[in-house]
Amino acid sequence: MMAAIVIAAIVFSPVASLFTTALEGGLEHWSHLWETVLPVASWNTLLLLLGVGVLVTCLGTGAAWLVTAYEFPTRKYLGWALLLPLAVPTYIIAFAYLDLWHPLGPLQGFLRFVLDIDSPRGLRLPDIRSLPGAIFLLGFVLYPYVYLSTRLMFLTQAAGMVEAARILGESPFGVVLRVALPLARPAIAVGVSLALLETLNDIGASEFLGVQTLTVAVYTTWVTRSDLGAAAQIALTMLLIVVFLIQVEKKARRRQRYSTIQRMRPMAAYVLKGWKKWLAVILGWIPVVIGFVLPASYLLVEAIKRIDQAGQVSDQILKAAFNTLWIAVVATLITVIAGLVVAWATRRVRESFQGNGSVGWPAKLASLGYAIPGTVLAIGLLVPLRLVDNAIDWITTLADRPVTQLLVLGSIWSLLAAYVIRFLAISVGSIEAGLSRISPSIEQASRLLGYTGSQTLWRVHLPLLRPALASAALLVFVDTMKELPATLLLRPLNFETLATWLYAEASRGTYEEGAIAALLIVVVGLLPVILLAGAQSRRSKGPY
Amino acid sequence: MKKSEHFEAGSKEKIQKGLKGTGKVLVAMALTAMSFAGLAADAKEVNLYTTREPKLILPILEKFTDNTGIKVNTVFVKDGLIERVKAEGDKSPADVLMTVDIGNLLDLVENGVTQPIKSEVLNNAIPANLRGADGNWYTLSVRDRVVYVDKDSDIQSITYEELADPKFKGKFCIRSGQHPYNTALLASMIAHNGEEATEQWLKAVKGNLARKATGGDRDVARDILGGICDIGLANAYYAGQMKTAPEGSDARKWGDAIKVIRPTFQKTGGTFVNISGAAVAKSAPNLDAAVKLLEYLVSDEAQSMYANANFEYPVKKGVKVNPVIESFGELVIDPLPLTEVAKNRKLASQLVDKVGFND
Repeated sequence: MMAAIVIAAIVFSPVASLFTTALEGGLEHWSHLWETVLPVASWNTLLLLLGVGVLVTCLGTGAAWLVTAYEFPTRKYLGWALLLPLAVPTYIIAFAYLDLWHPLGPLQGFLRFVLDIDSPRGLRLPDIRSLPGAIFLLGFVLYPYVYLSTRLMFLTQAAGMVEAARILGESPFGVVLRVALPLARPAIAVGVSLALLETLNDIGASEFLGVQTLTVAVYTTWVTRSDLGAAAQIALTMLLIVVFLIQVEKKARRRQRYSTIQRMRPMAAYVLKGWKKWLAVILGWIPVVIGFVLPASYLLVEAIKRIDQAGQVSDQILKAAFNTLWIAVVATLITVIAGLVVAWATRRVRESFQGNGSVGWPAKLASLGYAIPGTVLAIGLLVPLRLVDNAIDWITTLADRPVTQLLVLGSIWSLLAAYVIRFLAISVGSIEAGLSRISPSIEQASRLLGYTGSQTLWRVHLPLLRPALASAALLVFVDTMKELPATLLLRPLNFETLATWLYAEASRGTYEEGAIAALLIVVVGLLPVILLAGAQSRRSKGPY
Repeated sequence: MKKSEHFEAGSKEKIQKGLKGTGKVLVAMALTAMSFAGLAADAKEVNLYTTREPKLILPILEKFTDNTGIKVNTVFVKDGLIERVKAEGDKSPADVLMTVDIGNLLDLVENGVTQPIKSEVLNNAIPANLRGADGNWYTLSVRDRVVYVDKDSDIQSITYEELADPKFKGKFCIRSGQHPYNTALLASMIAHNGEEATEQWLKAVKGNLARKATGGDRDVARDILGGICDIGLANAYYAGQMKTAPEGSDARKWGDAIKVIRPTFQKTGGTFVNISGAAVAKSAPNLDAAVKLLEYLVSDEAQSMYANANFEYPVKKGVKVNPVIESFGELVIDPLPLTEVAKNRKLASQLVDKVGFND
């Protein structure tokens, strides 16, 4: 419990620091914003969130249901291939598709070839640099958040009820509508809220695609008009709205309990035949092709071109890959453990208040970091980190061993703090969802049989939580590895990750030079996806 | 944070004892942190915080190390350079701060993270209007904002004002109106023609946009080749990069598809330029090395690298520009002082919002 409070306080520190900054800013900019960008930016943000929300829900839930409930060729591979777009950061998919879909790119080139048109001027197609373009691209790389959580739910929970519904004569459509979807709702909610927060805080892709969102407005206020106080005010207002929305969603399903004490086993898949079988293959693979295969092949081709020209891959980039790997592993370990502590404490708190929904505060506080854009979070962290350095200074001076340097701010510790704070929401969310699937009666049984609370956690819950922990670790690892804005601002001297390396190339406008780094990000991101896929398929085969 | 005055002498001793262990842990932490950061206390070092494109300046920094034996540690920061240095405060390891755009440079000075230095070498190399009078900031290179047109276009000369002409309707490309390169140009136009006229101009240019105002400057050339637009605004050095890119590369194709015209302001007949520059950080731990680095950056060798590796105008008189840039014609720099431009920067950014340029 104490640990959870400490974690929540750490996560809250950048918000508090932003709040102080916000108080320093004047209020006159609000009238300017209100008259100019706010209406448009709010409308754009709303449309973007709605669009991405609908797209990720359809793609994620649809794909999860397809590979769980039906048997068709390639299903086994599809089950894990659907996770692949996780490895592609939004800023990479944006520039990959700008190239792919540019009038000079291969897709339109092919179309012109087919239609026998000579010049790009003969055929003007919609530009990917638009709101619909942004919705499309973000939807296809963010749907795995929903897919991952709903598939876990379907795999572990749905079998008994779905089969009962089938036996009782429910149509396949009815099974989806009346059994699977209501069952999957908490999982969908977790996945969609992660995807939407990622969308809301995305600056790379939306700025690149020219979509004026609220987050872009925060940046303009801060970077172009040098008004940090005002930017902090907008960021905090957005944060309030996000917290409010999450609250509304949680309220809406407060009274429902989603746990079962049945043995977890996968449902019997319905074998598809004839054209239906091939339709399933096509539908199932579309998200993988758009979200992964196309951009990854593009990067591969570009990277090969570069290596061809340079004759080798530079040592620096390999060093950056190594840095990326180890810092992501360390950050993931800390974040998952902290997530477990917070989720467990939240459950305890809830129980002692008899299921009153408003008392899940440790989890809520700990989840704040994900609701703030990366750079804003990093800015908010600067002052608290400096305070830690001041504290160290004070202690070491008392101990007669004064240090002359900053030990925390601008060191590896800053980066780790930023990653943990930013991504704790993911691990808390996954683990909470996992815990909600474990019936309280199991815990009661364990306590009756004489285990203490922590023994129960260790001996009963942890083994049951394995799938949830694995998916939390996967998501946190991939997100840490892709993280750019906070890394850029907080990293030590001479410390490069793949993402900062890619940024370095991109900042010169030479995106294609960054292809090798981008490809490496995707490859490193694939490692845990494959690990997790292996674990999942082993599970779904044997009796559990 | 206040130090030990709250404690009685006796209790302080106890705490000291108790803290010895903590101290050891912290020293260990320090060593870990240092080994990661390469921060070991060595006089022959200089720490550079920069928002400049790493690829461009790394070769120059390597030359500096070869010449002087001083190692350059770098961190490339995108946004938040000022905030980081401010938070680091008196213990900041930063020696030199380097950035682009006059507004960003003056922001450093205004936020009090720089210190004035005195250097004959810098004063001799850099014209007085391109450095802070008190020695707080220095220009290192100059870049002009020009028009790219289709290579077959018959346009020979143009003014910035003419870009608002409705004959370019649906044919004009530009990056985000909020990018410093564009807000600085607008700020300059406000100084020349007034706020009202600039707003009208911006509205008209928005009406001419062929696509959203986004992407980078090179995208203007690419979109001209791709048939999306016929004309656009971009910095001249990008044209230099593209036109000299390896034969057969994409960038080369884009570069070959355009020609560069130096636009002028109607009133002055001058072309708008912005700068890249640097300052010495307020609490620079390696002050001498910092000054040495700045002095090296305006040496003939480094200035020539600015000209030939990045196709910018050297700030130092007598250093030749790259022949490709020379082929764009003579550059007549707009006489309006850059410090005047910087004053209108916020207003320019608000105008962009007001006309909904990026929407």
